[in-house]
Amino acid sequence: MELLLDSLFNGVAIGSVLLVAALGLAIVFGLMGVINLAHGELMMLGAYTTYVTQLIFKLPILKPFYNSYIIVSIFLAFIVSGVVGILLEKTIIRKLYGSPLETLLATWGVSLILQQFVRSVPLAYGTGLIISLLIGLFLPTTFPSKIKESINFKYFKFSSWIFAALTGVLTGNIISSSVSKLSRASARNVDVTAPSWMRGQVEIIGTAFPKTRLMIIVITLISVIAITLFLNQSAWGMRIRAVTQNRQMSDCLGISTEKVDIITFGIGSGLAGVAGVAVSLLGSVGPNVGGNYIVGCFMVVVLGGVGNLLGTVLASFGIGIMTDLIGAGRLLSIWPDMPLPLSNTINFFATTSMARVMIFALIVIFLQFKPTGLFPQKGRMVES
Amino acid sequence: MRISRRILAGLATASLAVTATSCGGGGTSGSFDDTVTVGILHSLSGTMAISESTLVDTEKMAIEEINAAGGVTVGGKSYKIEYIVEDGASDWPTFAEKSKKLIDQDGVPVVFGGWTSASRKAMLPVYESKDAFLYYPIQYEAQECSNNIFYTGATPNQQSEPATDFMYKRSPAAGGDFFLVGSDYVFPRTSNTITKAQVKQLGGKVVGEDYLPLGNTEVAPIISKIKKALPDGGIIINTLNGDQNVAFFKQIQDAGITPSSGYYVMNYSIAEEEISTIGPEFLEGHYGAWNYMMSIDTPASKKFAASFKKRWGADRVVADPQESAYNMVYLWKQAVEDAGTFDDNAVREALVGQKFDAPQGPVEVMPNHHLSQTVRIGEINAEGGFTILEETGVVLPQAWNQKHPSSKGFACDWTDPSKGEKYKL
Repeated sequence: MELLLDSLFNGVAIGSVLLVAALGLAIVFGLMGVINLAHGELMMLGAYTTYVTQLIFKLPILKPFYNSYIIVSIFLAFIVSGVVGILLEKTIIRKLYGSPLETLLATWGVSLILQQFVRSVPLAYGTGLIISLLIGLFLPTTFPSKIKESINFKYFKFSSWIFAALTGVLTGNIISSSVSKLSRASARNVDVTAPSWMRGQVEIIGTAFPKTRLMIIVITLISVIAITLFLNQSAWGMRIRAVTQNRQMSDCLGISTEKVDIITFGIGSGLAGVAGVAVSLLGSVGPNVGGNYIVGCFMVVVLGGVGNLLGTVLASFGIGIMTDLIGAGRLLSIWPDMPLPLSNTINFFATTSMARVMIFALIVIFLQFKPTGLFPQKGRMVES
Repeated sequence: MRISRRILAGLATASLAVTATSCGGGGTSGSFDDTVTVGILHSLSGTMAISESTLVDTEKMAIEEINAAGGVTVGGKSYKIEYIVEDGASDWPTFAEKSKKLIDQDGVPVVFGGWTSASRKAMLPVYESKDAFLYYPIQYEAQECSNNIFYTGATPNQQSEPATDFMYKRSPAAGGDFFLVGSDYVFPRTSNTITKAQVKQLGGKVVGEDYLPLGNTEVAPIISKIKKALPDGGIIINTLNGDQNVAFFKQIQDAGITPSSGYYVMNYSIAEEEISTIGPEFLEGHYGAWNYMMSIDTPASKKFAASFKKRWGADRVVADPQESAYNMVYLWKQAVEDAGTFDDNAVREALVGQKFDAPQGPVEVMPNHHLSQTVRIGEINAEGGFTILEETGVVLPQAWNQKHPSSKGFACDWTDPSKGEKYKL
């Protein structure tokens, strides 16, 4: 029983890291059909946001709230990655809808730019830049409609960008002068330390579970539930689904597809940021952190069936449980006296490297029989 | 307007020229009869840049020190050392290509370079075919002995063997079982083969080993294996690479695999530089084995650390690879002065037997082109340094490991033409 519980927990723990990382991609790639190779770098931005938040919460004013910085950073990471995603959509991806190969190359280029950006720009100024982007993009939308419709709106927009730039420079300077670690550019990996209440283990039914893993499972669960509710219950969710199923028809019926694209991409990118917070709890934060996850993300989305959240969920937990079963050689402890040739084979694959090979092989075989994944998309879109 | 623009252009050219010369070499005062240009070849971009750039800094510092002390004296003439820095870009073929450029185009008498074994393996054929000379400063898996490479890092018997011995006999987990963890490439696998043979000789037991593919940070399966294999604590030998250490130590601490519950990790790739990245709070109480540790309490060691901090910033640290890099520049200088020429073959002959009072203590070049060195075992402390627990005497290097099944009974001796790269003892 204990063994089974342990094994199940490990599988779910590995799976939830995959799931939280792939969730944003499932939306961007699944619903919009955009192959976003910069997804990993949006995760990286989320991880760096956690790092910056952690350092800012170490300042004397915020010190009493230090223990809650990780919660705050989840929201901040969503916003930061979301804003960068929206900018990406507005400037690059929008022009490339319908040409997957170009999107692939362009987003790969973006991923390289983002990696180099965190290497060569001090994080304080990076934060300032994000803040100015945030203000510049959203301040004009808060103006009363009287101004929005006036002929001089472009001047208002322009001045709001100037205001945004000034605020950005100011916050950048404030942060860089108050947190010395953020004032210099560095390619060095940095470290996020979980607050003390999240470290160590908790005991549930006689088995000890690491708290960070539980936290990641909780983050994942909340993200999945929130995104499912949003897609199925809210008006915008309905519009997103409508555009996914039939873009022209939705456009004719008065749905602003442009806005839907921005929102979908923004949410997908924001979820990548949340995933960044989760992975920062497990390892170090560096420019290459996203690259380690991107392959796994695509694997999950393809296996689950493009455009299907339930498929993504099942695929990531499936891969997680398989990784644990094979990689830790669980079958041997479940069935200790199995015949020798079989146990030798299992032992051979019971290393992390070989488990990976095995998983990839199984996925390839699976896709031979079901090329469209666990839950293939049905309906009109398939024909188009 | 026109004149001012011309002045501006002139100023720009002048400033460019200044930058060019200041990049070109360690500019120091004093008069020299001539100059000699050496090559420095490390990754300044890509994943390895973080580690390798510290070596460039150290080599520059050593060259500047030598120049300040009058340069290299060859045949009564004093030479100022200048250097060309090339970027290996963390890409192994690039290392070979840049080596060719340094040897053929720039005609340097010596190249100081490399970090990963993969980069060394890529460069080796270049130096052998051109009969040039590479100085390689990293602790590595050995099982190699080239006439054209001079290795100043530790061989396994100068690092992992004394460390395994310590863990099995004198650590708090003495007599316990071993679990081996490493990144999936040549160094961890070779090192662990040696450790397994050694543990068997000592009468201990290796109860498991696992390798994490490079770039993978999912340690959960390894943790459940460790817990299954070592339920009540034991010895973990860790040869993980760079970032993977962060993931490993964060997650094992969360899983309750800590010194306080009887698990002790011995690390072969974690030096002062890495401790500050990973965070001492995750590493406190675990162990490391190196030839040089910053906490060595001798005037030579303190002077080395102090001059590095003075040259590159007070927050910088020095670690074992940097010390090896520092030593190799000085050993080259001594060999050249003894040989009385920059010619490779004469320098190579003069090099064997060179002694140097290194920051770690005395080192000597052995006939197998490796160094005899002191081995130290340290416990990682809360300040991010090592508390030195043990110090061996001078250990002779084994290019061919005597515990590895494929090389047992072989040795290397380049001073005797009848022996060479690999001869039977």
